[in-house]
Amino acid sequence: MSDFLKIEGLKAQIDADGTSKEILKGLDLTIPKGEVHVIMGPNGSGKSTLSYVLAGREDYEVTGGSAHFKGQDLLELEPEERAALGVFLAFQSPVELPGVNNANFLRTAVNAVRKARGEEELDAVSFLKLAREETGRLSMSGEMLKRAVNVGFSGGEKKRNEVLQMRLLKPSLAILDETDSGLDIDALRIVADGVNSLRGPDFSSLVITHHQRLLDYIVPDRVHVMAHGRIIHSGGPEVATLLEKQGYKQFLEAAA
Amino acid sequence: MSENSAAAWQALTGRAGERAALLGTEGLPTRRVEAWHYTPLQSLNGIAWQVAPALDDAAVKQRIDGLNLPTHDGLLVFANGRFCKGLSHLPACMDVQEYGDGSAVQPLLAGRFSAGLNAALRQPGARLHVPVGKDAGLIVMVSLTEGNGVSTHLHHSITLDEGARLTLLDIQLGEGQYLTNPQMDVHCAANAHLSHVTKQVESREAARLAIVGACIGERGNYDSFTLNQGGVLARQEVVSQLSGSFSNTNVNAIQLVDGSRLNDLSSMIHHASPDCTSRQTVRTVLSENGQGVFQGKILVDQIAQKTDGYQMNQALLLSEKAQMNSKPELEIYADDVKCSHGATVGALDEDQLFYLRSRGVLEEQARDMLVQAFLLETVELVEHESLRDYLLKALPGHV
Amino acid sequence: MPAVSETRETVEKLAKSNYEWGFETNVEMDLAPKGLNEDIVRLISARKKEPQWMLEWRLKAFRAWQEMSEPNWAKVKHPPIDYQDAHYFAQPKKKDGPKSLDEVDPELLKTYEKLGIPLHEQEMLAGVEGAGQKTPVAVDAVFDSVSVATTFRKTLAEAGVIFCPISEAIIEHPELVKKYLGTVVPVADNFFSALNSAVFTDGSFVYVPKGVRCPMELSTYFRINARNTGQFERTLIIAEDQATVSYLEGCTAPQRDENQLHAAVVELVAMEDAFIKYSTVQNWYPGDENGKGGIYNFVTKRGICKGDRARISWTQVETGSAITWKYPSCILAGKGSVGEFYSVAVTNGHQQADTGTKMIHLAPDTRSTIVAKTISAGQSDSTYRGLVRMQPKARNGRNFTQCDSLLIGDQCGAHTVPYIESRNMSARIEHEATTSKISEDQLFYCRSRGFSEEEAVGLIVNGFCREVLKELPMEFAVEAQKLLQISLEGSVG
Repeated sequence: MSDFLKIEGLKAQIDADGTSKEILKGLDLTIPKGEVHVIMGPNGSGKSTLSYVLAGREDYEVTGGSAHFKGQDLLELEPEERAALGVFLAFQSPVELPGVNNANFLRTAVNAVRKARGEEELDAVSFLKLAREETGRLSMSGEMLKRAVNVGFSGGEKKRNEVLQMRLLKPSLAILDETDSGLDIDALRIVADGVNSLRGPDFSSLVITHHQRLLDYIVPDRVHVMAHGRIIHSGGPEVATLLEKQGYKQFLEAAA
Repeated sequence: MSENSAAAWQALTGRAGERAALLGTEGLPTRRVEAWHYTPLQSLNGIAWQVAPALDDAAVKQRIDGLNLPTHDGLLVFANGRFCKGLSHLPACMDVQEYGDGSAVQPLLAGRFSAGLNAALRQPGARLHVPVGKDAGLIVMVSLTEGNGVSTHLHHSITLDEGARLTLLDIQLGEGQYLTNPQMDVHCAANAHLSHVTKQVESREAARLAIVGACIGERGNYDSFTLNQGGVLARQEVVSQLSGSFSNTNVNAIQLVDGSRLNDLSSMIHHASPDCTSRQTVRTVLSENGQGVFQGKILVDQIAQKTDGYQMNQALLLSEKAQMNSKPELEIYADDVKCSHGATVGALDEDQLFYLRSRGVLEEQARDMLVQAFLLETVELVEHESLRDYLLKALPGHV
Repeated sequence: MPAVSETRETVEKLAKSNYEWGFETNVEMDLAPKGLNEDIVRLISARKKEPQWMLEWRLKAFRAWQEMSEPNWAKVKHPPIDYQDAHYFAQPKKKDGPKSLDEVDPELLKTYEKLGIPLHEQEMLAGVEGAGQKTPVAVDAVFDSVSVATTFRKTLAEAGVIFCPISEAIIEHPELVKKYLGTVVPVADNFFSALNSAVFTDGSFVYVPKGVRCPMELSTYFRINARNTGQFERTLIIAEDQATVSYLEGCTAPQRDENQLHAAVVELVAMEDAFIKYSTVQNWYPGDENGKGGIYNFVTKRGICKGDRARISWTQVETGSAITWKYPSCILAGKGSVGEFYSVAVTNGHQQADTGTKMIHLAPDTRSTIVAKTISAGQSDSTYRGLVRMQPKARNGRNFTQCDSLLIGDQCGAHTVPYIESRNMSARIEHEATTSKISEDQLFYCRSRGFSEEEAVGLIVNGFCREVLKELPMEFAVEAQKLLQISLEGSVG
């Protein structure tokens, strides 16, 4: 079970305006159980596509390769089945759901996942208690539970709401898609604390970021460099430092 | 078969006798009549609509008990076009007046077929009067129709004197293949406030041509909300005239259309005085072979400067066979106005759906949640709390 | 700020003459007797030396027209039109038809000058080769009902483009005309299109072969110049696979006291990956300050995107005519095809305009955009009327519509009547409309910066219309800006 998440030769494309564009071009990535891995890469390298494909977004068509999680063929599963299995994607731009009450949304999601995992569903009272604890922990106002999901939320509030969902859904694989973009230091710390608080032998994470900054708070086990739809280099935390200093150029040249 | 030789027309004009002239047409409106282009009435031609027979009070009472009505201050019951006095009661501050000779088309509703039909075949309905400054609380009116090939044409009139208030829950339901054609005339004097919630859950075989004409005095308010849910072909028509300055009207609705049914919300908001506001939100959810219609006009007279009018209609198509026809319309003759409308038609938002599913919510449940949310935002426009809760319970897949 | 000085100039010019283009050209006319019957249809066809099939086509249209009645759904009012009290054929007297520009009646050339046809175009008309090499424009000038001059035919012919009067096309290219005429706007589509089909005298014909980018903008100037002459233009534009063409249409008409009827028909056919851009600036005589006279403009314009990914774009600036009844439309039959409609309609005085578009989505992935700007002033009435229909096969169809109305003064009306019909759940339609007036804040701001009230209004109106004006080809954009200013003359204060 050391290969918790195993991606092999993954190819994916997107159709836009009648033409298909291949974005993932044979990507290999393995994340063992309990590890936090980081993917860094220039714009357009396919980082976000990878996160969407893993979460099951239908716009992307997988044309080759495989992705297994906990031994299951991830690509065969519906998005909600992946969530039940423990995959959690923190969105780069969390979607607004006008008219959908945040507390109701969270409880429905938590109970759907608990049910699928064979756990007991939470009643309204115990859920609210739990939600209050978690919002307090994230320095979110209780008011946010009463509002519609992400509607009228500031950038920071949206990211906190993503972390809140992550804490409540207790995933075993958290994918953070540039969750750190546009955040101030306080918010950044909250996101990092969210991940760190879940760290343990049964929790892995894939952190997609542009910046070394987040890695001051989340210390990764491995760092991968992604370009042109592939992982072109992998190494320890020192890779991030190197990238910060010298940019992507040397990796791109080495791969070319 | 020409329209005026159809069984329906023969029966209706026969019943109307001398008053048939009030119908103003030579047959049920066809697609060629602009106002009925999306809701033609030919499907009603084949039935010789008869007067609905009286119903037994005990049976009616049973139906009402099953409605789980919210706590109310008064109840008016009509069964097959007749007032059920024994089942009704009203608060002390309010009277029900005798029905007079009301067999003319109200000028406000002139040229509208539903009003012409009502004028020609009119049956006395509620004549409610709330005196100066009184708050009559929440009154529930239930209109029940049962039978096949029968029609009812109740005419209600509601008058609110200066500063009076009333909340009216207007429930219409029934069983069978009938035609119901109620008309309600509303007069809100200065500073009067009528909140009118219509819950239309007629039989799935029924036809319904309902019309409301409201006249609103200075600083008065007519706040209308319709849940348009029943009937094989059902139009709810609201004409709201802002006759006094600084008055306000809301003409909101949700329509839930499934099966092979057609629900239609047609409205005219007439700004006839300066400094008035109007708001309209209409949302339609269509599934199966449902057909939805929205026609909404905002008319602003030359005198109605400083008008503030806003209208939004949105439709959600949940099946390949469903269809929506919308005609939002602005007719504006004053220059210092702020009027806008918006319309959208489409399926559920894929991004929202994916977001919910990625959080573990099952697809079907995610769809329900989004439909719920779509409707919820409109129901929340109803100010009266217990009424709002009552309506929420009526929504499908109640969470 | 060059736009400002230009605006000032225009306003000064206007102070002198209300309708500077209201003049008459004295050219001898060859008139058919007043009235409309089968004999007149036969006479038109005979004068045009048309083949038998064309005559039969016209007669079929005439018979259909006789069975029809004038549409009454538009929000316009006018006294009844006596269709028998008009000439249906008027032709300037000439010898055997000019072979070159030298043979063109100098009176006509003078007319172009008065019309303000841009200098480089006049040079072209006068045959000065190389005058406008940067942006060549071919002008097929229609003087009343007969095309009398066509330029740059050689250049176009080399590219394989056919650009000629439709009367000539009927004789020279009957196979093309037969194949497409009346396929987009059927003969009996509506009362006015039937009338046009029966009695049209001329118009333009454009055929762009497969893979050809038309090497220049094609332009036609229409004028109405004979008393009581109905004007029935017929235009047919065909763009084959991967062909591209931009066509400009502009009109001015002399001042008259009697109403004149204009019922043109324009048909566009775009095949696979073809693109047709059709731009109009219309400033016909709108009638005098009492609402007397002016043109009745009842036009049927429609394009079909027949091939996949075809695109048709209509842009119009409508400032003239007493009555405008016009709905340039797109039938999106090819997969992924695109329809666009950009419109500015200005009404002042007693003008009435009922204009808009229809976007009929028949195929998957079709897209349409509608941007309509309506400005009403004086005692005028302006209506946007539009239909967006998603048919069951229009999977993933998209429409976006934006209609904005601006009212200047409290004697005018502005109306919006969209029809939105969806029969496909995956299609998405979005419609937005607003009505407002020019804000006092905007006016004050401009005036405190030294603009007169009228200039300020002009500036703001031009800004309001920017989204549409930017769609016009350069040579029209400037003219259109001037027109907006002219049309709103006297509307403030």
